[in-house]
Amino acid sequence: MIEALLQALINGVIAGTILAVPALGFTAIFAVLNYPNFAIGALATVGAYAGWVGNTVFGLPMLGALPLAFGVAGLAGLAVQSLAVKPLEASGALMMAIASLAAGLVLENILRFGFGNDLRGFELPLLRDWRIGEFRIGPQQLENFGLALACMALLWAFLRFSRTGRAMRAVADNRDLALLRGVDPVRVALVTVIVGAGLAGMGGMLVGLDTSVDPLTGTRLVLSIFAAAVLGGLGSIPGAVAGAIAIGMAEELSVIVFNPAYRLVVGFVVILIVLTLRPAGLFGTRAS
Amino acid sequence: MVSYLIFLLVVGGIYALLAQSLCLAWGVTGLVNLGLAGFFAIGAYASATLTKWGGVPVPLGLVAALVAGAVAGFVVCVSTLRLRDDYLAIVTLGFAEAVRVIASNEIWLTGGTDGISGIPAGMPRDWGQRFHIISLVIVTILLGLVWLALRRLVASPWGRALRAVREDQIVAAVAGKRVTRLKAEAFAIACAIAALAGALYGHYTSYIAPEIFQPLITIYVFLAVTAGGNGRPTGAAIGAYILIAFLEATRFAAEIVPGVSAVQAAALREASVGIALILLLRFRQRGLFPELNQKAPA
Repeated sequence: MIEALLQALINGVIAGTILAVPALGFTAIFAVLNYPNFAIGALATVGAYAGWVGNTVFGLPMLGALPLAFGVAGLAGLAVQSLAVKPLEASGALMMAIASLAAGLVLENILRFGFGNDLRGFELPLLRDWRIGEFRIGPQQLENFGLALACMALLWAFLRFSRTGRAMRAVADNRDLALLRGVDPVRVALVTVIVGAGLAGMGGMLVGLDTSVDPLTGTRLVLSIFAAAVLGGLGSIPGAVAGAIAIGMAEELSVIVFNPAYRLVVGFVVILIVLTLRPAGLFGTRAS
Repeated sequence: MVSYLIFLLVVGGIYALLAQSLCLAWGVTGLVNLGLAGFFAIGAYASATLTKWGGVPVPLGLVAALVAGAVAGFVVCVSTLRLRDDYLAIVTLGFAEAVRVIASNEIWLTGGTDGISGIPAGMPRDWGQRFHIISLVIVTILLGLVWLALRRLVASPWGRALRAVREDQIVAAVAGKRVTRLKAEAFAIACAIAALAGALYGHYTSYIAPEIFQPLITIYVFLAVTAGGNGRPTGAAIGAYILIAFLEATRFAAEIVPGVSAVQAAALREASVGIALILLLRFRQRGLFPELNQKAPA
């Protein structure tokens, strides 16, 4: 029993770290552009397909396919933002959110049109799980974990050290003050959308590596992404990481107790509980 | 051909009820319900299980659906009403997914993914054409009643208060309106209407299953309400019939596109729904029947 629990925790931390990548994208877009981007699931799917094409058609290794997933999803996110969402800026966050949901539907169906509904798998070497005492860890699982950590390290360095990254944090922190200091809001919004969608794309590819790629790969993640972001505090970067790891663990632990199908409901329950007890989440500041 | 038209009008009436629900929640009160499909499902399951396994007469099943929808709506919205409006959008989106997962797995109650078939309609189905005509009359009368009630409500002081909440919560609160309570009332009533639509759907088609209650239904209704005009019950209802015409038109259009497989045709149809919604939001946000009263400057 203790072993099963620990094994679930190990799996949960790995799954949560991968989940943190798209959750960071969602929360970054919320922080800077101030609306929930419901196309995030479809953008993750775009990244998953981009990585899959890079891997199976061009024979790229994972480290090469990941930037491709970032780039293609980033461009798709830019298209969603400029064609569907931006024209509605004057109508408020809710209209933008609805437009992004519609744009996500369009993206999902473009992929379905091109690739069909079949499940696609990456070309991966079959490797035996490593056993450490009682526990098992797949080498691929570990590689994905490492890639997710690398994505986050890059994001952290970008936000910490680059001028644009600092501008993004400034806008997220206090929009008016940032504008007063001469930050160009259009440019910051543009970069945020590309980075946010790109992160979603990389997250989608990492999940696709673990499971398979189909037009709903990203959509299935959406609830967990929302739950991670809300638990951490919508718009909080460290919150998204902490929230994602907590959600990953909660989902893996839930499988021990409940019917595995209810794993999908964990995110919803966590969202309800957090919003009832502490709407600002773990690290958030602004909820009302 | 006639039965096909009658069928479309019944389905159109059911969508028009969903549109009334969204009109009240979103158009009038400004609460985005992205879980409409979930409330539709709640009503369908509440009435179907009670009438099929509980032996309850159909009209009581409809009442039970209304109650179930209102309760579910209240539970879902209550934790988010004091927060930014986008939290409700996130929660409702999750709610619809949760309903689908529960409906797929609580087999003892819902029949799981096999669904529930042979739902009683309150009259013999082998009446053929007559069955469909009577169904059309019932659905249309119920739609008419909801439409009338909603028009009265929207024009009443309560409706004015809702619009005040939509335009500016703080001003409404300063004016002494109990914002949270108003929102909860409007959202619960709206969810009850959506659940009624679900119950009617189940009784008419005799079969429900989790796969029917796709999130796509929610987007359909957003499209209908945006096309018709989201602040007016009349606009929302007409928008629903336009939606059905549009969906049927795309069905035929997708069939005549050469060299396209069935999956691709379905993808084209779904994409066209998304594109239509984006275009409407951008170029004709107030729909065919815009709200009549002057909006306060933003």
